[in-house]
Amino acid sequence: MHVDNAPMLAPQPVTKGDKRRKSFYDLKRKFLRDWQLHLMILIPVVYLLIFNYGPMYGIQIAFKDYRTRDGIWGSEFVGLKWFEKFFNYYRVGDIIWNTISLSLYSIVAGFPIPVFLALLLNTVEHKRFKKTVQTVSYMPHFISVTIMVGILNMVFSPVNGLYGNLFRLFGGSGFPEDIRATEAAFPHLYTWSGIWASVGWSTIIYTAALSAVSPELHEAAQLDGASRWKRVLHVDLPTIMPTVAINLILRMGDILSVGFEKVYMMQTALNINASEVISTYVYSAGMGSPRDYSYGTAVGLFNSLVSLGLVLLTNWICKVLTDREVSIF
Amino acid sequence: MGRLKNPNKIKKSTSDRVLQWIVMSFLVVFLIIILYPLIYIVSSSFSSGQAVTSGKVLLWPVDFSLDGYKIVFDYETVWTGYANTIFYTVVGTLMNVTATILAAYPLSRRNFQGRGFYATLFLIPMFFGGGLIPTYLLVSSLGLTNTRIIILLLGLVGTYNVVIMRTFFRNSVPGELWDSARIDGTSDFGYLTKILLPLSKPVIAVVSLYYAVGHWNSFFKEMIYLRDRDMYPLQLILREILNATTVDASQMGSAEELAAMVGATDVMKFALIVVSTVPIMLLYPFIQKFFEKGVMLGSLKG
Repeated sequence: MHVDNAPMLAPQPVTKGDKRRKSFYDLKRKFLRDWQLHLMILIPVVYLLIFNYGPMYGIQIAFKDYRTRDGIWGSEFVGLKWFEKFFNYYRVGDIIWNTISLSLYSIVAGFPIPVFLALLLNTVEHKRFKKTVQTVSYMPHFISVTIMVGILNMVFSPVNGLYGNLFRLFGGSGFPEDIRATEAAFPHLYTWSGIWASVGWSTIIYTAALSAVSPELHEAAQLDGASRWKRVLHVDLPTIMPTVAINLILRMGDILSVGFEKVYMMQTALNINASEVISTYVYSAGMGSPRDYSYGTAVGLFNSLVSLGLVLLTNWICKVLTDREVSIF
Repeated sequence: MGRLKNPNKIKKSTSDRVLQWIVMSFLVVFLIIILYPLIYIVSSSFSSGQAVTSGKVLLWPVDFSLDGYKIVFDYETVWTGYANTIFYTVVGTLMNVTATILAAYPLSRRNFQGRGFYATLFLIPMFFGGGLIPTYLLVSSLGLTNTRIIILLLGLVGTYNVVIMRTFFRNSVPGELWDSARIDGTSDFGYLTKILLPLSKPVIAVVSLYYAVGHWNSFFKEMIYLRDRDMYPLQLILREILNATTVDASQMGSAEELAAMVGATDVMKFALIVVSTVPIMLLYPFIQKFFEKGVMLGSLKG
């Protein structure tokens, strides 16, 4: 620790070589001491190096004309050709807009509900009832995307689904409009089915934050004559506000990453104009037919760079707002 | 119990009681919104095809029948898919949890030389990666496409889970345990397996649940990397079946004809949804008692 001051304090001056030798022995000693820890972490680290860092090598094909026989390194360099192609694509505006608007819709509609729900659950005094609501609300979280989309398609079938049946039950004749194939309905179906599936699970973090509210605060407020409603407003809500703010900011950070699976499975030829987002386009451009690996990689790279920028930006905002208390790094 | 718990309890005012009623009614509405689609699916799966398509099933099963389940149980691909999913979930989760422990324990030791370096190595992939196609090219160049191994391997360690586990090891297990174990001459491996892990059941349960649900519901990597149908997990089979025979409103005769035709498939689909979702839902109640504790940890800063 005092290495920096050593020349001043030590009777004999310590030379650079001595220091280096010393720190080398120190390193070696610590390495030998911790060899078991290094051995343990080796397995996950090797995995990371191969499957997380390995693909980063392949990113270069975004700037090349990748051909299987030339390999990643050997393929011809083409500069920004693929990025130009993407930005000149006539649907590029739609794709980016769909991605951002779906994200924003999900945030605006879906973000406040779990907060509200957690406050309700925290206020309710009947413990068994509270537990029941919580357990039931977690259930949709375990439903897979495949099944979720299957359920949507069945329930909203105008012919034999609940939707068509209710339409006829309330006096309609024949079949209602097929909203599964309607562009305008896609964002609503996507967002609200997502909220239905995730709302209960999302309350967990707020419920946990609310359980950290000190009972003394409530008791003190109670002695001052605060009603339960006043305590929700002035005790509970302020306590979870930091958690809410951080979650919201983090959520804004991944505005460009609309989950691939659900959009892909809900996509049909009839709603493609509303449902094509960046991730599905990466898939259809790169892995569809014909397989255009370089182009797909370039679009994907654009997406991850913008996302990375957004994460860094939100983290910076987070730091500034909370005075360096909160940072994901 | 109730009398003993809070003898000085302040008497509830009318406004507090009114608030309780308002809160309860909001939650009841919420409960119905969440529960109704689930009940509808289960009830439909136990009804006759004719009752489902004609819209008689609204809450409880109508014309109780097990026809849907009979078709599902005779469906061979469903069972190979089921077996594959169980294999991927059980073996995959074991691998995930082992790798996560092996990463989280060294990272939890404050004096571990190189901790900062390793932590950075784990953090970067959270924010930046090669993306779909470079990963695909890598996997093909390793010759791992169309193998079960790649399905088990991809996503072996999730950084988020490593952080949860590391935070638990660090904050919920007293550091003195390590000090005294070291004085007794216990090695790192000995401490981890004999002392730390038995104390870490809550976090292991929660992290296992996260990984297991991920495997059970995984679909994308299997779609990309598997070609042989006998390796397909349940989710891929489900997608084929659930997407098949979607009824197009333009190509129909009379409603009755159609109803008879699609009735059987519909009930079968509902039964399939129940059969494929119930097992993973049943995991949660077992883990519930650990759960709040485990999630709290995730929200703590390590």
